[in-house]
Amino acid sequence: MNNTRRTVLKGAGATATLSALIAAGALKPTDVFANEWNKAAFEAKDAAGALKGIGAGTTADSKDLLLTAPDIAENGAVVPVGVISNIPNTTSISILVEKNPSPLTSSFEFANGAVADVAVRLKLGQTSIVRAVAKADGKFYTAQKEVKVTVGGCGG
Amino acid sequence: MKQLPATLAIFALAFSSIASAQATKPAKAPKAAKPAAAAPAPAVAAKDETTAGIEKYREMLGDDNPAELYEARGEILWKQARGPKNVSLEQCDLGLGAGVIKGAYAQTPRYFADADRVMDIESRIVHCMMTLQGFSEADVRKRPFGSADKPSEMEDLVTYVVTQAKGAKIAPPTAHPKEKEAFELGQAMFHVRAGPYDFSCATCHGTDDKRIRLQDLPNLTKAADNRRAYPGWPAYRVSTSQVHTMQWRINDCFRQQRMPEPKYLSESVNAMITYMAVMATGAEYKGPALKR
Amino acid sequence: MADPMKIRASIKGDVTEIRVLMGHPMETGARKDAAGNTVPAHHIQTMTVEVGGKKVVDGQIGGSVSRNPVFGFKVKGAKAGDKVVVTWVDNKGEKRSDEAVIA
Repeated sequence: MNNTRRTVLKGAGATATLSALIAAGALKPTDVFANEWNKAAFEAKDAAGALKGIGAGTTADSKDLLLTAPDIAENGAVVPVGVISNIPNTTSISILVEKNPSPLTSSFEFANGAVADVAVRLKLGQTSIVRAVAKADGKFYTAQKEVKVTVGGCGG
Repeated sequence: MKQLPATLAIFALAFSSIASAQATKPAKAPKAAKPAAAAPAPAVAAKDETTAGIEKYREMLGDDNPAELYEARGEILWKQARGPKNVSLEQCDLGLGAGVIKGAYAQTPRYFADADRVMDIESRIVHCMMTLQGFSEADVRKRPFGSADKPSEMEDLVTYVVTQAKGAKIAPPTAHPKEKEAFELGQAMFHVRAGPYDFSCATCHGTDDKRIRLQDLPNLTKAADNRRAYPGWPAYRVSTSQVHTMQWRINDCFRQQRMPEPKYLSESVNAMITYMAVMATGAEYKGPALKR
Repeated sequence: MADPMKIRASIKGDVTEIRVLMGHPMETGARKDAAGNTVPAHHIQTMTVEVGGKKVVDGQIGGSVSRNPVFGFKVKGAKAGDKVVVTWVDNKGEKRSDEAVIA
């Protein structure tokens, strides 16, 4: 359930009214549903689909996008990943694990002083390329790194 | 005796349920992009890149530990009036006097005159639940080891109590004859070979430089290794997504050896913990660990 | 009910570092339990971070974020004493909001 959506729907009186507003261009869906989960992107089954889902049709590699992740993970259940974008005007960072059944893991938009710098812990089902995607001035930039995943033995 | 290869084979069997084909591969050092020297791991500098990579992974996990969620729940449980007597655990005597929780864990296991036995921290918390709060033994034994989806109250309480010893030095007392006895019993049990595979703890943890897949095994007959290993429990283990207590750790060691399951809070388990704690004397306790 | 979040916010120079630990199973919907039954998806979908009443991070996450998620963010222009509010909503509609003060 999305509370924002419910409130808006109620306030607008009827779904039809809202749709009409959107259709007329008075309201962009992204404005109304700022927090709507991007189902298509998160449920995409491959990296290309996920990239398409977040609007990143074409991407360029960038040295100003820094991705940190371990070379090898002792357990794929928790893999620490950090992304910093030094590309000016970066407004969002998304992180993909290409070999996961649903590659898109997370997507963050920054505003009001937030630095394009995020740290997360991700699941890797197997050894995979981890890919960061940054959006700046409407363009998409990427950086990648392979993380090897192993499964530990006993003890520790 | 070709002890080591047999050991490894048996452990491989033990973990066949979680071991996939890829699990066995990384034992061979993969070609890492960066030189092994990049990882600050003096103890393993001479080892391969995989070991260095694992050290780096552990370092990158950092300090944010989901054990804090257990600690928060444990604190609520500790301070809440509960049980048939409807009182909290705040007046529990963990060895440093009634109501003193700060640093108490670091000085356990120890002899408690009121129970006339050596208790580890979990045994003592259970003792307080029974004496102060009026819980029955059956109550507290019902479900000591929880799951990721449903952690046990004991895991929450133990995490809370041990976290209050952050920064303290491990210093279990050894002067009382029963404390000495527990240490000696634990030490002796460490070397007792039994069970269908004729195992002892020392089979895997009695010599240097052994490992199972990627995990270096501490040599728990040496104080230095205990000082590193013992403060590593209780821990939040990412592979099970939950906190495990030291009672669980010892219990699981026996399971891995295919020995009969030891009784929760029993003299034998507490003796094993006493042996390790005394051997680890002087180590700084840094709070619940975070491990694979 | 979900566990309260642990939020740490500390300022160094002009940059405030915010670390958040959430208690959530983060089930992907693909995992099978011991009995072989598929465990239904149960994960956080959206999260926001507000500092001093302004939204600084608008995040969307899926089931491949680790159980009991940990996030780190950095914000410029905040000051000690500012309130940090983190909110998440999961796919079952459960919501949790917690706050901390920048130290």
